[in-house]
Parts: sequence; C-alpha cells; structure tokens
Amino acid sequence: MGIIKAIKLGFDYIKYGEDDKDNEKVRAIDGIDIDVEKGSVIAILGHNGSGKSTLAKHINALLLPSEGTMWVDGMDTKGEEDIWKIRQKAGMVFQNPDNQIVASVVEEDVGFGPENIGVPTKEIWERVDQALERVGMTKHRKKSPNRLSGGQKQRVAIAGVVAMRPDCIVLDESTAMLDPNGRKDVLDTVLDLNRKEGVTVIMITHYMEEVTRADFVYVMDSGKIVMQGTPREIFSQVEKLKSFHLDVPQITELAYELKKDGVDLPDGILTRDELVSALCGERTEE
Amino acid sequence: MLLELKNVSYTYNKDTSFAVNALENINLQISEGEFVGVIGHTGSGKSTLIQHFNGLMKPTDGQVLYMGEDIWQEKYDLQALRSGVGLVFQYPENQLFETDVLTDVMFGPKNQKLSPEECRERAVNALRRVGLKDKYFTASPFDLSGGQKRRVAIAGVLAMNPKVLILDEPTAGLDPHGRDEILGQIRKLRDEMGITIILVSHSMEDVAEYADRLIVVNDGKIAFDDTPKAVFAHYKELEAMGLAAPQITYLMHELKERGLDVDINAVTVSEAKKSIEKALAGRKKH
Ligand SMILES: Nc1ncnc2c1ncn2[C@@H]1O[C@H](COP(=O)(O)OP(=O)(O)OP(=O)(O)O)[C@@H](O)[C@H]1O
Ligand SMILES: Nc1ncnc2c1ncn2[C@@H]1O[C@H](COP(=O)(O)OP(=O)(O)OP(=O)(O)O)[C@@H](O)[C@H]1O
Ligand SMILES: [Mg+2]
Ligand SMILES: [Mg+2]
Repeated sequence: MGIIKAIKLGFDYIKYGEDDKDNEKVRAIDGIDIDVEKGSVIAILGHNGSGKSTLAKHINALLLPSEGTMWVDGMDTKGEEDIWKIRQKAGMVFQNPDNQIVASVVEEDVGFGPENIGVPTKEIWERVDQALERVGMTKHRKKSPNRLSGGQKQRVAIAGVVAMRPDCIVLDESTAMLDPNGRKDVLDTVLDLNRKEGVTVIMITHYMEEVTRADFVYVMDSGKIVMQGTPREIFSQVEKLKSFHLDVPQITELAYELKKDGVDLPDGILTRDELVSALCGERTEE
Repeated sequence: MLLELKNVSYTYNKDTSFAVNALENINLQISEGEFVGVIGHTGSGKSTLIQHFNGLMKPTDGQVLYMGEDIWQEKYDLQALRSGVGLVFQYPENQLFETDVLTDVMFGPKNQKLSPEECRERAVNALRRVGLKDKYFTASPFDLSGGQKRRVAIAGVLAMNPKVLILDEPTAGLDPHGRDEILGQIRKLRDEMGITIILVSHSMEDVAEYADRLIVVNDGKIAFDDTPKAVFAHYKELEAMGLAAPQITYLMHELKERGLDVDINAVTVSEAKKSIEKALAGRKKH
C-alpha cells in the first residue's frame, strides 16, 4: 500500500436548509481510487470545481470521507485517535500565502506547528533551524512575514510544514500568486526535499509547465479521476485534455500544432530540449 | 489622454521607521482602448500602482489625471471616477459577502442607482460573460470552489459597465479553459466596446498573447514600457528582475543557436509555429 491510498472515496458537502429536511447534498468527489507511492511526485489536474481541493483536504483529514476510505501511511483517516499523527504525516500549503501565516516573526511562525503538538522547546528550535535552512530562509528568520515577498512567504509556509517532519507535502496551488522566480523557488524547494529526504509531494496546479516535473499525474473531472499516467502519456492526449477544460504546456502545444501541419515530430514532446533536438537533430546527423 | 500619472511617488507608513517607498517618480500615460499588461516581481509595486488609477490610494507626491482632470483637486467626484474605472482586486474572492451569487454581483449596479430589473440584467450578463453556469447564480459565494469565486468577483466589476477595467491578477487559480475564456472576454470588451484594459499578471505567456503594450515595474520604478515583443527581447534583464520571458522566447533563441533560421522575437505559439514552418521550408530548399 502506498503512503496515500484511497478506495472508492466520496464526499458530499451539505448545504443546510431552514429545516433538516431541506438539507441538500453536493457531491464533490465521487468514487476516487488513488495509490501514491512513497517518495514520488504527483500532480493533480482538473478544472475549477472538479474536486481537487476537496480530495487534498482528505489527505490530512481536514475532511473525512462520506463514502469509501482514505489511508495515510496505513492509518484510516476516520480513526479519530490518529488524526494528529495524520496531520503530522501530511502537511498542506495553500494558495494565498497571507492566510497561512500566524505569527508576527518568521521563526515563531515556523515553530507554531511543532509547539502545538507538544514538541519539547529545545527540539522545536532545532526543527525551526533546520526547516528554515532547508527552504533557504535562515537570513530572514527575525523578520516580520508581512515584509516578505509572496514567494518568500510561501517558503515560510513550507518551512512551517517541514518543521512538522511530514512524509508528504500537499501543495494546493501554492504557486498561483507568485512571479516566475517565486514559482521556480517553491517548486525547487519541494523537489529538493523530495530528492534528498524522500518526502512525497502532491501538487495541485493550473500551470501545465509545473506538471512536467511530476512522476505521475491524475486528472479530475466532476469529482472523478478521468485520466492517469506519466506527464508524457497525459500530455500526448491534447484534445482529450482540452475536453476537460485543461491544456498542455506551450512547448507541447507548439509541437502538436507543427505535427498537425505535417512536420515530422514524435508525440508528447514536453520540454524545450526535446523540441529543439527533434527539429534540429538531423543537422548534426548530416 | 485618458489616464495619466505625473511624477507619482508613494511611500507606505511615511515618516515612520517602517516607511517603504513603493513607487518612485512614475510617469505614465494610458490612452483610450489600449490593452496594457503590467508585470513585475512580487512586491515590485504593481498593486500599489494600479490603485492610484481609481483614487483608492493617494500619491505621497505627484498627480493623477483622469480625462485631463486632477482627481485629487478639491470637490472632484471620486465616486464617479470609481464607477468609470473599475478595479478587480487581487484575491477578489475575499470581498464576496452577499448571501447568493446574483445579489453579490448586483451590488455595484445597485450603488449606481439603476432599477432592480436593470441591476439583475447587468448581473446575469456579467456572470454569463465570465462563464459561470446559471445553476450557481443562487448559490452562496462561500460554497463555490476557488476559481468559481474568482469569476463571481470579476462579474461584480463588469456589471458596473466601466470605461476602464483594471484587473490585478485575475487569472491566478483559474483553470486553463477559464483563463482563456476570461482573457478572451476581456479582449472582446476592448475590441467591441472600446473598454481600456489594464491587466496585472504573473503569466508572461498571457501578457504576450493579449496585451499590446507591456509595462514592467521593478522596485517601484518603470523598467520597460513597450510592445511585449520589444520587452521580451530583454529577457536576460527581465530574469535579473525575477521575471522571465514566455517559454516560446527561449525556444526561439535555442533554435536560432542551433542554426534554424527562426524569428527570435516570436512570443506566442502561433507566431512561433509560422516562423518555424517558414524556416523549415527554407532549409529544405537549400
Ligand atoms: N464549502 C463548500 N460547500 C458546498 N460546496 C462546496 C464547498 N466547497 C466546494 N464546494 C463544491 O464542491 C465542488 C468541488 O470543489 P473543490 O474546491 O474541491 O474544487 P477544485 O477542483 O479545488 O477547484 P479550484 O480549481 O477552483 O480550486 C465544487 O463544485 C464546489 O462548488
Ligand atoms: N500595507 C502596507 N504597508 C507597508 N508596506 C506595504 C504595504 N503594502 C505593500 N507594501 C510594500 O510595498 C511594496 C509594493 O507592494 P505591492 O503590493 O504594490 O507589490 P506587487 O507588485 O503588487 O506584489 P505581488 O506581485 O506580490 O502582488 C512591497 O515592498 C510591499 O512589501
Ligand atoms: Mg481548489
Ligand atoms: Mg499585488
């Protein structure tokens, strides 16, 4: 069993009416099966309202399934006694950096989580030091978070998660508000954690370029998983993705358009390097 | 001239030890019907800049003119200015507050003292333009997904029929289809109704595709102000400012280096496609 596993996961939001009889159910995810291998980098794609955040909130037991089961490192999220262990295992970083920062000094913010779960003071500081170092924010530790740029704030939020020593980090559109440098920063930071410490990364994003860096991709539509595979497998299916209101990276789109016009290119080109070699390769052979 | 900033500077917390010079001596003219993109690293001053256009922020120094009139002169009607110059804030979903979507979007027109029927009609039109399905019109804004909320917030400003529409990162968090749909609608507002558009974005690809003029803000100053092509030709300098060029720009440079005779100034997928096909045809002849 992978570190994150769901079988037939379903969730209904309840809209409460005047009377209990009028309560309405909104099915947000429906029959989801996933199995995420420890140490992998996963991307989840889907149009607005397809259920990505709802699924993500099941991973750290912010939401509990209406149907089916979600396991985090073998623990059923419905088992109440495990809920804090689960939240420690799986940390979340959200879209808006301003809503995630609780303290008025960076280092206190990072120490907030460990303190909350009763980590001894000495160890809290060790963890804070390490986490800040890990995300490259040590030199800003005494600063007030609202004096940081968006990308820096997101790195503080990630440090807060890192200080909990999670096995898995879930990024729910954590780069959406950042400039190109900030986006790269955040992504490099978590991929580095993945490589060096084996942290499993689950990223939800609308930036198709970011998806090319995942090992495996799930595509959601109307609360269901409708496609899954490697980025190359997924991005080879341009028309199908578009039918789910999604897109492919610009380079892939360009390759696809060129191919449609008869230029001889392989399917599912993902990166600039690949397209450059495919277009210019023959020159070196001559 | 529609909008003009003359020697505008802005300092947060002026005369305190927390003073931040967010804008320094900005000079800018915007004509009717332009589609202006604004890019810059996080914290560069973009949000501060655009809030000067509709009088939400008062310059610490310098003048803001709307249709030739100083908006900070005595007895100037700022209320009228704000319905003429509509601003969609960054994170606009934080400002949704009515009990249902339609009422929320009707708020602006109501303030403009339109009849209830007219308010309703404006709201329905605006919601359809941003692609929100009718079934959500009666939903509470709080029960929507992130991207759905964003659409409602944009509709709220559109419903006021502004002459100038300023959008601060309107597509962050939208799915690719939603992004194309909203930017396409915005372009249509400009093309068909002559509405002037000012679009702040962290997506180099989006401004390359939609804007016909691009302003680059760097540390509170204007670093470039030119066509997107001309600006992206400075991609190395942009990188030093925490920005980047669209993927296409990098690709074209690499192809050129590898000996394919392409136009290095192409910035969109369709321009790149044409240029590459032409270069390939040229190569066959030789
Ligand atoms: N608190 C809520 N109450 C009722 N319905 C909700 C609530 N939150 C989300 N929904 C509904 O559940 C569905 C899934 O929402 P979710 O937030 O998981 O989507 P998402 O894929 O994360 O979208 P986005 O890309 O816009 O963030 C949507 O139809 C949404 O309207
Ligand atoms: N209320 C405030 N008090 C003090 N300083 C502020 C305040 N708001 C913004 N600043 C500072 O002013 C500068 C410009 O901020 P602004 O919000 O205009 O940047 P931006 O380009 O919109 O950034 P982003 O891309 O992150 O939205 C930054 O250094 C920021 O830290
Ligand atoms: Mg979401
Ligand atoms: Mg801003």
